[in-house]
Amino acid sequence: MALPAYTYLIAFFAVPFVIVVVYSFATRTRTGGTALSGWNLESYRRLGEQIVRDVLWRSLGLAIITTALCLILAYPFAYYMTIVSTTTRNVMLVLVMIPFWTNFLVRNYAWRLILSSGGPLSSVTEAIGLGETDLLFTKTAVVLGLVYSFLPFMILPLYASIERIDHSLIEASRDLYASGPQTFRRIIGPLSMPGVIAGSILVFVPSLGAYVTPDILGGGKEVLLGSYIVTQFGTARNFPFGASLSVVLMVVMLTATVAYFRQGGRNL
Amino acid sequence: MGLHAGVVFAFFYAPIAILVVFSFSNDRVVGRWGGFTFDWYGEFWNNNQLTNSISVSLQVAAISTVVSVVLGTLSALALERFTFRGKRVFDALLYLPIIIPDVTMGIMMLVFFAEGIDVIDALFGITLSKGLATITLSHVAFCISFVSVVVRARLSGMDERLEEAAADLYATRWQTFRHVTLPQILPGVAGGGLLALTLSLDDVVVSQFTSGPGATTLPVFVFSLIRKGVTPMINAVSVVMFVASLILVAGMLAVDRLRSPGTNVPAATPGAIPPAESLQNGQERGDQ
Repeated sequence: MALPAYTYLIAFFAVPFVIVVVYSFATRTRTGGTALSGWNLESYRRLGEQIVRDVLWRSLGLAIITTALCLILAYPFAYYMTIVSTTTRNVMLVLVMIPFWTNFLVRNYAWRLILSSGGPLSSVTEAIGLGETDLLFTKTAVVLGLVYSFLPFMILPLYASIERIDHSLIEASRDLYASGPQTFRRIIGPLSMPGVIAGSILVFVPSLGAYVTPDILGGGKEVLLGSYIVTQFGTARNFPFGASLSVVLMVVMLTATVAYFRQGGRNL
Repeated sequence: MGLHAGVVFAFFYAPIAILVVFSFSNDRVVGRWGGFTFDWYGEFWNNNQLTNSISVSLQVAAISTVVSVVLGTLSALALERFTFRGKRVFDALLYLPIIIPDVTMGIMMLVFFAEGIDVIDALFGITLSKGLATITLSHVAFCISFVSVVVRARLSGMDERLEEAAADLYATRWQTFRHVTLPQILPGVAGGGLLALTLSLDDVVVSQFTSGPGATTLPVFVFSLIRKGVTPMINAVSVVMFVASLILVAGMLAVDRLRSPGTNVPAATPGAIPPAESLQNGQERGDQ
């Protein structure tokens, strides 16, 4: 019964996957073609070049900042969801789900509109005497767009893990005169760790490979991993190098996922 | 903390509200208010390239949803109910398209069709052109996994004794499936289908790498418009896309209510699939 899906995934997923891996060891010809001979590690050696390292670190930095901001914003929110009434909670869940299901492009475009020079945000800051703001095509705009895009990915697993905590444990700690922060540090924090890890991976991985947000809100000024890979397959026409960058991205993603499953998380 | 929640919701919804407001603004500059107008919606409606891309998007989404629902449901049944050789490998293979970044997926499909298009043509005696067919083939490749995960969550919460009872009463395998299993998992199948539909309609990156000059999907076309420079018409298109998403969310909620009354976490949400016991509780309540 699994045969049709199995065959399909091998033909249209596993084979493309293997081709990209094979390409990463191939040679770029002078005309920008790819010679499937003379296998070498040249593309991987290039990962050590200064310009490439800059791109990798910048992308990594932005992904980490995005993940941290999402975590800070999402945690109190998710916790609040577990203490309100069931009706309020269900309404909140639906309200979190709507942006989650809303077209990704639309959500990023909305920020392009808001941040545009002379646009709504700028008018507001001018009106209250802060002067014009010109955030579009900056790193801040990219982080803002990424946080906006991936925040639901953090809220939902966090909520699921906090909600599962046995409430009597929290009561017990309070009975034993633990202060609020102590209860959080010793009980709620550790028990919600699976949600923190799951949410962080769900935000970190797509942020690292983000392509649309940096393009729309960063204007491609800050070269990030996603667009750098695309460039190798477009204007730069260096398929082997682009393939090796993709392999790096896949390795990061697989490592993160394996770590997640090791932690006992199953709710992907 | 309530205040914080309010701020988060403002953060979620203010941009969308502003977008809707400015889609009615009668000013050539995207973010400036110049009085009320419906003009941009009219311009959008009369733009042939746009309406063409909508029709491509709908065709791709319809075909990939149907195909991935069938393949995904079958694979979910196989994984939950049977043991077979290579099951673990298949399980892992099924998870990969969910977690792989879309840029990587797009590149994979781009190279695959560049290299393999002649091979596919020769194998099946067809001429596959880049466009509708290649986009659909790639969408199915990632939609199967999502459908399978959602259906599996439903199946694992289902009481296997029902199927055993049917078998005891001399139902054939097909009869058991048709009259016992299928009605039970239908909400899961519908939820998976809606998820596949949303993902297909939403996708920009994979479609961009697999579309050809003949056919582009709506998000790919809008993305190229945004890159060329924003015009107020894009506001109108975005609002229409937002409303379409809302309709899909409504469908999702309706399906969710069918699935498990009383469950708090919508099961079709990656990262928040409810534990088996809550599905079972819901099911018991549904059975009463």
